[in-house]
Amino acid sequence: MSEKLLEVEHLQQYFPVSGGLFKKNYVKAVDDVSFYINKGETFGLVGESGCGKTTTGRTILRLYEPTGGKIIYDGVDVTHVPFAPYRRKMQIVFQDPYASLDARMTVGDIIGEPIDIHGLAANKKERDERILSLLERVGLNSEHANRYPHEFSGGQRQRVGIARALAVQPEFIVCDEPISALDVSIQAQVVNMFEDLQQELGLTYLFIAHDLAIVKHISNRIGVMYLGKMVELADSDMLYEHPIHPYTQSLLSAIPIPDPHTSRTKKRIVLEGDVPSPLNPPSGCRFRTRCPYATEQCAVEVPEFKEYEAGHFAACHRIGEI
Amino acid sequence: MSANCLLDIENLQVSFFTPAGEVKAVSGVSYTLNHGEVLGIVGESGSGKSVSAYTLMGLIANPGKIVGGTVDFNGHQVHKMTEKEFRKMRGSEVSIIFQDPMTSLNPVFTIGSQLMEMLRLHTNKNKEERKARAIELLRLVGMNEPEKRLKQYPHEFSGGMRQRVMIAMALACEPKLLIADEPTTALDVTIQAQILELMVELKKKINMSIIMITHDLGVVSDVCDRIAVMYAGKIVEIGSTDDIFYNPKHCYTEGLLRSIPKLHEKGHERLVPIEGVPVDLLSPPAGCPFAPRCDKCMKICLRQMPEYTEISPGHKSACWQLQKEQFENAEGGNKE
Repeated sequence: MSEKLLEVEHLQQYFPVSGGLFKKNYVKAVDDVSFYINKGETFGLVGESGCGKTTTGRTILRLYEPTGGKIIYDGVDVTHVPFAPYRRKMQIVFQDPYASLDARMTVGDIIGEPIDIHGLAANKKERDERILSLLERVGLNSEHANRYPHEFSGGQRQRVGIARALAVQPEFIVCDEPISALDVSIQAQVVNMFEDLQQELGLTYLFIAHDLAIVKHISNRIGVMYLGKMVELADSDMLYEHPIHPYTQSLLSAIPIPDPHTSRTKKRIVLEGDVPSPLNPPSGCRFRTRCPYATEQCAVEVPEFKEYEAGHFAACHRIGEI
Repeated sequence: MSANCLLDIENLQVSFFTPAGEVKAVSGVSYTLNHGEVLGIVGESGSGKSVSAYTLMGLIANPGKIVGGTVDFNGHQVHKMTEKEFRKMRGSEVSIIFQDPMTSLNPVFTIGSQLMEMLRLHTNKNKEERKARAIELLRLVGMNEPEKRLKQYPHEFSGGMRQRVMIAMALACEPKLLIADEPTTALDVTIQAQILELMVELKKKINMSIIMITHDLGVVSDVCDRIAVMYAGKIVEIGSTDDIFYNPKHCYTEGLLRSIPKLHEKGHERLVPIEGVPVDLLSPPAGCPFAPRCDKCMKICLRQMPEYTEISPGHKSACWQLQKEQFENAEGGNKE
């Protein structure tokens, strides 16, 4: 049994929105989500926009203060403790490499800033050496240090973002859609780099994306979210071959496969309608309004997130029947 | 031009004259499109895939200019058309849907008034008829309660619904050709599946042609009959969907197909990326634009752009690998 690095228990993130004079409404962005990530593993989190996957990632890093639940990092409950020491251990790479780098700082300073904040270099020489080795590690070189972000392409900027995250020698990195803004031919470069870094530095990733093919490629285990809830969680091959939740099934069948023979013969489950508003989610199972198998029970009772076979969790009343 | 041919683009060249110099966004693109056919144009950002199709709509704005070539669409010489002529053609004979349905609708007008504006400009239907047609169109794109929808504003719609409205607008006058510029990129996977299914269904119903511009190889494999792969303003390979996926002949096409993870394959295989970065169109290389990133690059690739080689009828590729024998006999060859 491998060691758990991060555990999330019943995590809850409600954002208040005003709903009238005496009423307070909440967007239940993340509602009762539990999972764990083993050391050295990549845990993928997928779902459509608004499902709460990014919020989950950010709440784990306490970029939002969780409104409920527990975050346990390396055996310590870090939900409410001062977080500064953990910032060194937990880092994030953002989706948009155009917005996440300060346009007025040189790349060297962008990477150097976390080194300065955490006091990781004794003097300027050591700092510069560190920046240089980080740049090389992500496939850039020393002359890039004095340039500004606008001089770089999207893929290179994302490399800078990764170098910045690595600057504090973290153990755990939240990768929040790190490749979805990149061109197809560049995506594979960055994905390979993530894998190399993981091997060399023993990193643990929480990899958030909506592209299931990429997530399946890079992850050991995958969690599928829908409207703030985790609906299924399993080993990545198992999830793909044998999805048991109707939402996962339709999500997988909806992906256009770059293989004409497969896409011609494939039977597709096309879901009706849109994702409901998280402000006023459906009662019971949140997927029931779009689920082809929904019964009356689904409208009344919230399905429990249970283990159906070893390591394969799902939340659905009708598993086994469908 | 054969009777079945709707669109014939011949050696089209479009440049943007920027302060930094001339950017050759499209340099010598040729393709044809038949009635009822779906052509996919695949390429990365900056490959000129949108620009080549925008020419058809007269949407190349300053500092862009058609530098050369001919575009023959449904009897029009598009490359010579004036803005006034474009206005008549747009919407009625060729329509476009854009990537972002959030910004392509006007937020201060109702869906109904935007839909009926199209009909007012291009048909001589009276008010009642226009309304009836608008309702019919919304029903066609799979909206329930279309009468109610007409009175709603774009912000009351979700992304997928807005894209449906865009499609309804584009189809209002039953165009011969629909240009879909990344129509599903901004949408979620399950909504994307709905929209793609809708487009294929509508195509069959009204027998229009579609140009599908996308970077997603999955989307083209789903809906297209033929595919053109663009790189740095050139079509490097064009052929049927099966040709491109199962018998790719250009190194870029091969590389692209290798670099995407295969969802339906078991186990973990390392991805094979295309190394390097896309070319700078301000100073494109002399030879094949892909040569600097190509792992089979030869001397001649850097010097001279290869001609198309026809592999089978309709399947063409511009790569020196296919002409190895020819150029080895040619002057200089590969032995410099």
